[in-house]
Amino acid sequence: MNENPPVKRTETRYSFILKLIWAAAGMVTLIISVPVIAAMIEPLLRKKKEIWRPVGKVEEFKIGETVLVSFRNSSAMPWATMSERTASWLRRVSDIEFEAYTINCAHLGCPVRWLPDAGIFMCPCHGGVYNRDGSVAAGPPPHSLDRYPVRVAGGNVEIRTSPVPITTLF
Amino acid sequence: MNSLTKLWKWTDDRTGISEITRFLFGHLVPPESKWLYVFGSATLFSFILQVVTGIALAFMYQPSAENAYDSLIYITRQAPFGNLLRGLHFFGASSMILFVGIHMIRVYLMSAFKFPREMSWVTGTIMLLLTVTMGFTGQLLRWDANGVWSVVVGAEQAGRIPLAGKAVAHFLLGGDTIGATTLSRYYAIHVFLIPALLLGLIGLHLYMVLKNGISEPPVAGRKVEKAGYREWYQSMVNQRGVPFWPDAAWRDATFGIVVVAAIFLLALIFGPPAIGEPPDPSSINANPRPDWYFMWVFAIFALMPPQIESAVIAFSPVVIGIILLSLPFVQGTGERSLLRMPWKIGIIVVLLTVVTTFWYIGSRSPWSPRFDTKTLSSAVVGNVTPAAMKGADLYYKKACIYCHMISGEGGRRGPDLSNIGNLLTRDQMVIKIVNGGGNMPAFGASVKDGDLNLLTEFLLTRRR
Repeated sequence: MNENPPVKRTETRYSFILKLIWAAAGMVTLIISVPVIAAMIEPLLRKKKEIWRPVGKVEEFKIGETVLVSFRNSSAMPWATMSERTASWLRRVSDIEFEAYTINCAHLGCPVRWLPDAGIFMCPCHGGVYNRDGSVAAGPPPHSLDRYPVRVAGGNVEIRTSPVPITTLF
Repeated sequence: MNSLTKLWKWTDDRTGISEITRFLFGHLVPPESKWLYVFGSATLFSFILQVVTGIALAFMYQPSAENAYDSLIYITRQAPFGNLLRGLHFFGASSMILFVGIHMIRVYLMSAFKFPREMSWVTGTIMLLLTVTMGFTGQLLRWDANGVWSVVVGAEQAGRIPLAGKAVAHFLLGGDTIGATTLSRYYAIHVFLIPALLLGLIGLHLYMVLKNGISEPPVAGRKVEKAGYREWYQSMVNQRGVPFWPDAAWRDATFGIVVVAAIFLLALIFGPPAIGEPPDPSSINANPRPDWYFMWVFAIFALMPPQIESAVIAFSPVVIGIILLSLPFVQGTGERSLLRMPWKIGIIVVLLTVVTTFWYIGSRSPWSPRFDTKTLSSAVVGNVTPAAMKGADLYYKKACIYCHMISGEGGRRGPDLSNIGNLLTRDQMVIKIVNGGGNMPAFGASVKDGDLNLLTEFLLTRRR
């Protein structure tokens, strides 16, 4: 007979401590993953602001003409210069009325070009075509060119910065 | 025993280098595993080349949306061997994608994914996805106008994901729009995240080759059964097997050397893809095109009916993923020989034909208006009346030429008009131009009576 039988672990205590270790490891992982994931999805957590950006004096634009104007995004980082620029096709409809189309094709976002003589927008990627009012003329785009809010304030034409239009399924 | 030998003996004793080497390279493999078995290792060699050349590029590349473009110009034009280095990294990527594809087709045709190697197929499928993602992110790290707009196009596609689309798109853009933080995330993904995942998965993938053995070439009638296969395989390699090195691996080594040498030559002769316009998101003079491995997807996007497009973009990756991942579980056992399953060749032939066709169409991209065309040359216009001459000018000014070719000049989006004078009367032309139809916009608002007359005057001279 064995006089010193091996110490019998009380199973409940042993497994409880193991569970505790797993739980603690899980907690630590969870805690660490918060700042890690936050860094990855930082763009989604960023405070959204929409700013009116002046793009030129009213009198610089001729009625009926469509021209390219560029402005800075609202989320512009302090170190950014070129990379925060964005653009819009601006059309002066009447004395007081302006329309600002996004340069992004409603199909897959490629930059559309305004062809003044032909009076159409054309997309270089998959050949989408839009009329001068942004409505679809031909090709794959599912809807008209999106528009930026635009206003006249203090003699300036101002465009409100907005997200790149994303066409969604539902 | 000289001191060098002593040093080696000590090192080997403490580290176990020769022990692990014997395990890795000495394991027995079926003697029939010959030249068809080299594509996996060719992928691995290409990957190693990517890691090495990628590290070298990272020594010079500035991973910031503001400076990346200038640093690429520097690497390409001034840095010693910088152009060659970029070429190696580009053709290394091409090679990796090519051999991943060939390796996968080989495994599929030989049914090497069956029991007990299901997880080799599953890890391989995940690595295929990661490799393709590396290709896409690598293309945008070039960060010229093409890179910028590739991000936009990628985000737009992600936007079609049900419910989460917008969030995923903004995740990919690095904000609501392209901006100062866009490039950094692709740098992190391309340089740290995916390579780390790939290294882990490659380790697992190779370990499973050792654990389950290289699959023996199929023999018609020899079925894989879960009961007994492992024992049969073990006794087979014990009886007839040859050590992996050098009996089988010399072929991997030879082919790998040829692949790396070919990559070097291609890089030397053709160099890397050209750097395009600066990455100014407000510039509209971009003509985004994917690198060659995505050309067929590009073509599919252009050609599929718009009504089903969103659904296809959103769900086709899921469907393809499910088909690939479920394959070894649906066909996990049984016959492996192509002689008993010739239809598998049919599947591959159909797939390759479809992809190659779209590839070819994509490389010509006839749906893209040709913005770089100039006015019709006088040789093409020929000796015509002054009115028709003015019409030829309008043919360019009114953008007809971007889509309609005449005698080899112009785009391919719409029908070739080289002999339209034979086909349509003036009235029919006017109706078509004013009203458009099909993929042609209506030009009634921008091409007025006088111009319309001149234009049709010119078009009527186009006859054979």
